[in-house]
Amino acid sequence: MSNKTYSIPIGPVHPSLKEPMTFHFEIYGERIEKVHLAPGDNHRGIEFMGRQRNPIQIIYLAERICGICSASHPFAFCQAVENAMGIEVPEKAQYIRAIIAELERIHSHILWAGVAAHELGFDSVLFLSWRAREEVLDLLEYLTGNRINYGIFMIGGVRRDITSEQITRIKKTLDYYKEIYGKLEDIFLNDPTIALRTKKVGILSKEEAIQLSAVGPTARASGLNKDVRQDQPYAAYADLEVQAITPEVYSGKVNGDVYDRIVVRLLEIVQSIQIIEQCLANLPEGEIVAEEKLVKLLNLIKKAQGEGIGRHEAPRGEVIHYVKLNQSELPEVWKARAPTYNNLMPWIPMLIGQQIADIPIVLASIDPCIACMDRVTILDRKSGQKNILTKDDLHKLSVEKTRRMAQ
Amino acid sequence: MKLNKYFERSLWVFHLNTGSCNGCDIEIVAGLTPRYDLERFGIKLVGSPKHADVLLVTGPVTSKMADRVKRVYAQTPDPKAVIVVGTCGISGGVFYNSYNLSGSIDKVIPVDVYVPGCPPRPEAIINGVLQAWIKLEKLRKTLKDNSPAK
Repeated sequence: MSNKTYSIPIGPVHPSLKEPMTFHFEIYGERIEKVHLAPGDNHRGIEFMGRQRNPIQIIYLAERICGICSASHPFAFCQAVENAMGIEVPEKAQYIRAIIAELERIHSHILWAGVAAHELGFDSVLFLSWRAREEVLDLLEYLTGNRINYGIFMIGGVRRDITSEQITRIKKTLDYYKEIYGKLEDIFLNDPTIALRTKKVGILSKEEAIQLSAVGPTARASGLNKDVRQDQPYAAYADLEVQAITPEVYSGKVNGDVYDRIVVRLLEIVQSIQIIEQCLANLPEGEIVAEEKLVKLLNLIKKAQGEGIGRHEAPRGEVIHYVKLNQSELPEVWKARAPTYNNLMPWIPMLIGQQIADIPIVLASIDPCIACMDRVTILDRKSGQKNILTKDDLHKLSVEKTRRMAQ
Repeated sequence: MKLNKYFERSLWVFHLNTGSCNGCDIEIVAGLTPRYDLERFGIKLVGSPKHADVLLVTGPVTSKMADRVKRVYAQTPDPKAVIVVGTCGISGGVFYNSYNLSGSIDKVIPVDVYVPGCPPRPEAIINGVLQAWIKLEKLRKTLKDNSPAK
């Protein structure tokens, strides 16, 4: 049997990815037998660089770990430093943090929905959802000054206030999303073509999700009731009612397939809108940062000693930052663990037994931002024959399968 | 500037991520989708450098990617233009003192247009593509004039 399998390397050059990454697939006919992952192409040594900068500078470095999660990493990092130093964050700042984090979740999930549609050959939906996403980017730019890499987080609070006139604008955008949500849900959950391509594809069972410590929507779609905002509330989430969303809410049962991951992410958009509305209704008055003067803050950091942990439920799952301060301007240790790191291993049970044409949608289903692949080389070991499959060919295979199934 | 002069044929772009944080990458896609809509000019992302006129490179070049960047550049047919999107590809940006970078992109392959910003706005990326287009048409013309067939 083994001499009849093909070996397919994918990557590391694939456009519009978070990380260039290399995969090796062992294929028998059309079926995937084995998957090997080889990450590391995107290693920039961020934690090493962090040890040469002071914590205030690290906030901006943490933002650039990932351009899509640019609120999640500084959120977790600031919490870690506050935890280590024992800083109390003003209540209003905690609410503003939650609002920004939830706005980011809306933008990230809509982005993902578009990418997933693109992988199925549904490009009109990609354009529709990315058009819808521009509204939340406009709002984030209005609130923070930037479309991406917001630069709003600061140790001990936030850097910009949300004023009452800004609240009207936030509500306007939320109304827009409530209006178009029905449309998005109709396209993704009721369309027979999407259901054909995503149901019973890339299944991750609950046991596997626990064993491989999946996080975020990937874990919740497999029926794990797991959400940091629910299990260990932080910032404003302690005052709000956040329930982890599992596909049971929608369909009454858990399959753990790609379709369930779409369900979870779509429902989380609604949840985020509700959280922001709750935040706006209860927005307290007062300070937005514990220590306004940066020099004074830096002096406090220089004197501080201790360890701290910050956890946040990013759009892709739980992100953890660990910081150790030792009476110095520079942190002694800084460790960041991003959710995609946990979700890499669940790829293997998801992919085994699937077809080559399903690779793009299964890879995309954990939302690693792997949107497309540059090239695939099919090497027939027996004859030594070499065929090059570009990302276009792979995409074409996927589109053809959609057409075939729709007939 | 007469814009029509430069619209001889559609411009196809290959996007290469050399270790970017993804911020520039999503702004490039935002540039192609309805709000900014580069596709109405026939500009589109292609899946292989062999089909591309322009290389759109993002990110600081990590050591593991340096060789791949050179190979992708070699596979792009002439005449070609290279656009660097984002500060970290221009100078290293926020990652300037990393141990795992092969330096800015212009140390690895020749660069024609720089688009600074972390990340640059889609408008800036569109402007960068336009500059590359103008340069490319000039290159194409020189190649045509100097071709031995003439």
